[in-house]
Amino acid sequence: MKEITTVIQLIPLEHYVFLCLALFSIGMMGVLFRRNTIVILMCLELMLNSVNLLLAAFSAYRSDPAAQVFVFFIMVVAAAEVAVGLSILIMMKRNVNSIDINLLDKLKD
Amino acid sequence: MVFLFYLLGGVALLSALMVVFSKNPINSVIYLIICFLAIAGNYILLNAQFLAVVHIIVYTGAIMVLFLFVIMLLNLNKENEPHKKLITKLAAIISGALLLFVLLGAAKGVAQIPFNENFDPEIGLVGRLGKVLFTDYMLPFEVSSVLFLAAMVGAVMLGKKDVKKI
Repeated sequence: MKEITTVIQLIPLEHYVFLCLALFSIGMMGVLFRRNTIVILMCLELMLNSVNLLLAAFSAYRSDPAAQVFVFFIMVVAAAEVAVGLSILIMMKRNVNSIDINLLDKLKD
Repeated sequence: MVFLFYLLGGVALLSALMVVFSKNPINSVIYLIICFLAIAGNYILLNAQFLAVVHIIVYTGAIMVLFLFVIMLLNLNKENEPHKKLITKLAAIISGALLLFVLLGAAKGVAQIPFNENFDPEIGLVGRLGKVLFTDYMLPFEVSSVLFLAAMVGAVMLGKKDVKKI
């Protein structure tokens, strides 16, 4: 316990920022890279989590509990988003019998 | 102990890359669970114990099981997924790398925030967070339950069998 509270003082905050930015970029690259809708949803989760980790890091470094409450609310929103997103995916599979995101271009024409 | 941060960060980055590049969606889910566990380890390292526990329960316990359930239900665990054209994939990788480059350039030197003078390592414990959550953030907490209700109704409506064809 004592060891854990001292170890974060040895890691510069910049390294947390770099880690979170790298995770966010990987998530965005995944959204552009794949056509499978379920993997795209997973990459969205990854991006949300990188932002959560960044908020928690800033909160720990500034000793401000408000940011951790904010992370809690982001988790709530993410859970609701996943429930709706997966039911949209089931609808899509039922109606066009595929989860290829490129088939959903009806708004284009 | 410091190396633990770099180990967890490396595991998180590698498994995030494997989420994007693995062919089978089931493997993607497994790698995403590994990534989330590494992030939960980072929360413990930050002494945000409440967040670590909630993260494991909500993400690896509930959301990823939901993903696995949908994959199994719709029988999506095939590898014959149509892939994007090579040029599109290349463009995706290049634009992701460019975004990382720009963000790193923007964040470099900005985040040199020193430690708070009265550094308090106990802010992430359940009791402290609970007090903040149920005094200052009472209204958002109650509103989020309405959000859950709306999401539940929406999911049930979308998942019903006899919905008009799109």
